[in-house]
Amino acid sequence: MQPAELSAVELVTAIRQGDLSATQCTEAFLDRIARLDGSLNAFLHVDRAGALATAAAIDARRRDGKPLGPLAGLPVAVKDALCTRDLPTTCASRMLAGFRPPYDADTVARLRAADAVIVGKTNMDEFAMGGSNENSAFGPVKNPWDLARAPGGSSGGSAACVAADMAPVAIGSDTGGSIRQPAGLCGITGLKPTYGRVSRRGLVAFASSLDQIGPMARSAADCALVLEAIAGHDPGDSTSLAAEVPRYTELLEQPLTGLRIGRVRDHYAEGLDPEVRKGVDEAFAVFEAAGATVHDVDLPHAKYGVATYYLIAPCEASSNLARYDGAHYGHRAKLEGGRRSGSESREFDSPLVEMYCRSRGEGFGPEVKRRIMLGTYALSAGYYDAYYAKALKVRRLIRQDYLDAFQKVDLIGGPVSATPAFKLGEKTGDPLAMYLVDLYTVATNLAGVGGISFPCGFTRGGLPVGFQLQGPALAEPLLLRAADRFQRLTDWHTRRPKQIA
Amino acid sequence: MTTPTAEPYTVVIGLEVHVQLQTRTKLFCGCPTRFGAPPNTQVCPTCLGLPGSLPVMNREAFHLAVRAALALNCRIAPFTKWDRKNYFYPDLPKGYQISQFDLPFSSDGWLEVTDPKGAFSRKVGIIRVHLEEDAGKSMHDEAAGTADTRIDLNRAGTPLCEIVTQPDLRSPQEARAWLNELKLLLVYLGVSDCNMQEGSLRVDANVNLHIPQPDGRVAKTPIVEIKNMNSFRSVERALIYEAARQYGEWQTTGAELGRTPKQTRGWDDPAGVTRAQRHKEESSDYRYFPEPDLVPVTVDEAQLTAARGMMGEPPAVLRTTLADRWKISAYDADVLVNQGRELVAYYEDLAARVGEGKVASNWLQQDVLRTLNERGETIDAFPIRPDALADLIGRVQRGDFDTSRGREIFAEVLAGGRSVAEVVAALGIAAVGEDDLLALCRELIAENPKIVADVKGGKEQAAAGLIGQAKKKNPNVNPGQVRQTCLELIRGM
Repeated sequence: MQPAELSAVELVTAIRQGDLSATQCTEAFLDRIARLDGSLNAFLHVDRAGALATAAAIDARRRDGKPLGPLAGLPVAVKDALCTRDLPTTCASRMLAGFRPPYDADTVARLRAADAVIVGKTNMDEFAMGGSNENSAFGPVKNPWDLARAPGGSSGGSAACVAADMAPVAIGSDTGGSIRQPAGLCGITGLKPTYGRVSRRGLVAFASSLDQIGPMARSAADCALVLEAIAGHDPGDSTSLAAEVPRYTELLEQPLTGLRIGRVRDHYAEGLDPEVRKGVDEAFAVFEAAGATVHDVDLPHAKYGVATYYLIAPCEASSNLARYDGAHYGHRAKLEGGRRSGSESREFDSPLVEMYCRSRGEGFGPEVKRRIMLGTYALSAGYYDAYYAKALKVRRLIRQDYLDAFQKVDLIGGPVSATPAFKLGEKTGDPLAMYLVDLYTVATNLAGVGGISFPCGFTRGGLPVGFQLQGPALAEPLLLRAADRFQRLTDWHTRRPKQIA
Repeated sequence: MTTPTAEPYTVVIGLEVHVQLQTRTKLFCGCPTRFGAPPNTQVCPTCLGLPGSLPVMNREAFHLAVRAALALNCRIAPFTKWDRKNYFYPDLPKGYQISQFDLPFSSDGWLEVTDPKGAFSRKVGIIRVHLEEDAGKSMHDEAAGTADTRIDLNRAGTPLCEIVTQPDLRSPQEARAWLNELKLLLVYLGVSDCNMQEGSLRVDANVNLHIPQPDGRVAKTPIVEIKNMNSFRSVERALIYEAARQYGEWQTTGAELGRTPKQTRGWDDPAGVTRAQRHKEESSDYRYFPEPDLVPVTVDEAQLTAARGMMGEPPAVLRTTLADRWKISAYDADVLVNQGRELVAYYEDLAARVGEGKVASNWLQQDVLRTLNERGETIDAFPIRPDALADLIGRVQRGDFDTSRGREIFAEVLAGGRSVAEVVAALGIAAVGEDDLLALCRELIAENPKIVADVKGGKEQAAAGLIGQAKKKNPNVNPGQVRQTCLELIRGM
């Protein structure tokens, strides 16, 4: 039995039935990581010893007939933006190099409680800022379908490790598309749940009002399995939702007859790659064949989504990242000769300010600095109303657009991103072009609703094309059911990149 | 009514008071707020500002804050939210303070202070009361020569109420009296211990002068904010100093409000002067914006009713109630109420047992309060409880012995941990019976023919000479009874 060829649902079943031990399963994936990650750079830290110890303990408990959690023995890779007790948590930033949090993120604690095996921490854009994974301080992740291309971002490591079968499932976070876009570019399935469905406690904050943790896997059914374990109210996160967690895995069976799927006219505007368009059109046809109907809808303010997002997210980030000042933890610049005097110190007001400036200057990469400056500027006296306050107003309009659209349709479908995976370095010189990779995904976060992306075809060059479904608040059961139905009717999600096989 | 002053100007004062709320745990995490713990032992990921940590509002803190605002006659907002105040400082681990900016939970209140001697009465408007978290403490180790700074984050995240007044105060004395009244109110409410030494209450003052000009115009000096005052006495002294300094500066420079930015000055208590602080410390842009990690708070009528139920009688009301109920003067009621809720409770217990409010008040003020002051104790720890003191006062009222004898017994009870009855018995103090008294008086009359003659001659006051002698023969006799009995015997002769 080759664990890497099994789905998460099959792995969990096999381990529970004793057909496969947790140790064998974990070893198989660790071995793939050891063999493949040198060329992919999807992991920032692999906890081989810890993972094997956890797996051995699960096997022992199983032998003793003790109860096991719903994810018993399932290897999980966790984005390095989630705090893991005593394991490095760096957010792919020099600022947090070597930082080990004293606590687990709520999601990590829930994974452990479900007896999942955490195999390592995945690479990402620094502090989740980026759409290509090229902003990692520890080198870019390569797309398993074409090592010269980006896996997308910011959860690029999580997407690549699942695409390359280095882990059956991974945890990502999505602030403007950071789960869905890399899932689309790497040919896997990624779910961004409704804001507040999964606790943010222990997720290193980028933009607090937009951040949401979600599962990334090879199929919707596997995402359902993981979401069931990590969703739920957390009294430690005031913004987490109190609504009961449905049994997502048990809600996949119902057919899609009568389902109304919206197609956003604006999604077909200039810039949409013809091969992506073809994949998306074919996906709509699959849904129609499954009994759904497709209707044109408008999200009139969605075109302001990227502009709105690039005000709100940097504003919150400028404040969220203020804590990385070198005073308490993380990178602190070494000041030569301690306190300076005379002309040397003239550049800074005090040794304290010098320590702040040098630590932050050395610790943060260029994109993080750019967003901190954007946000600081937009929140400053005299600019607040014109930028931040106006962005909040547009955000309300976008949210209203979604509410209106969901009066007419049950889900909204369309492309995840305008193009398939782009070449490493292709957009790094043009921040604005890079910001447009979020074009189809940011509005979901601004509206606080959920979205799922999954493969719906391949380009002639062999790159995956992603399809996105967005749903109303707490419509995760429907999103997962629709994606799962699609995957029962197609086999795009079962394809594997040849290059690394 | 203003205090008449000789100065050719009016002092205009507004205060900003930070009060630490008496909660067991911090505003946004479960860490204890106990004062004096070893540095950095009452901390967690949230108050350390570790990556990924989130705040959760402490409901108890919000309840206490609402109670305080209601007692300050504020309007409570039905909807209030949190904001981030962004600035860099090592004792602020997140790089922002969670506070309230444009929608404070309460506003538009007032608190009146009346000088018991009638020197002034001032109703001071309150602009707003809001909740925020405290920062940690920086300890600058200049002595070590390295200029190292050590940070203690035990205090970081402690709940604070910020109370901002209108510029309604008109003298340093009024400011001090108003602060005393505010402190008394908050302590009565159980909202804060207002201990300034431990930093539970901090005051900044904004002050300037209004100087009437010969042409009828009023010249206004630039507003100065004074910081670093660590007692109400310091506040008064700093304001007196600052008023004089501003007048002097105005006479020299003629600088008026609006032409210079607001200045911040620190109070140097040992030197007795205010000193200008660095300009950059005043000109920050805090980039306030709504705190996305917390949800807005709504307050409904039921919550307000519950909060009102927890308020009890505020000091201002209690003064009137006490004066009416126990027939004591407004001055006496003021003295008692200013001692705090516990002493008032003691007083009311005592007065009920004694049956005479004035007598109970006299004993409390003259004997109990003096002892407490001498010992530096509070009424809670006072060993003579109201029942015992009422027992003692009752014996005096019944005439078992006089007040001065009663004071001796009071001192004995206080010293020895014995009951009133035990002390009375040990000292051989027993009520002198009718027959013994008669016998004693007859003896005195027989021994003092001159006094008897004087009394008979119409000089009743001569009888006083007998009382001293009576006390020597039996220290327990009641001087009034001795005098009365002797006079009756002499008249009957």
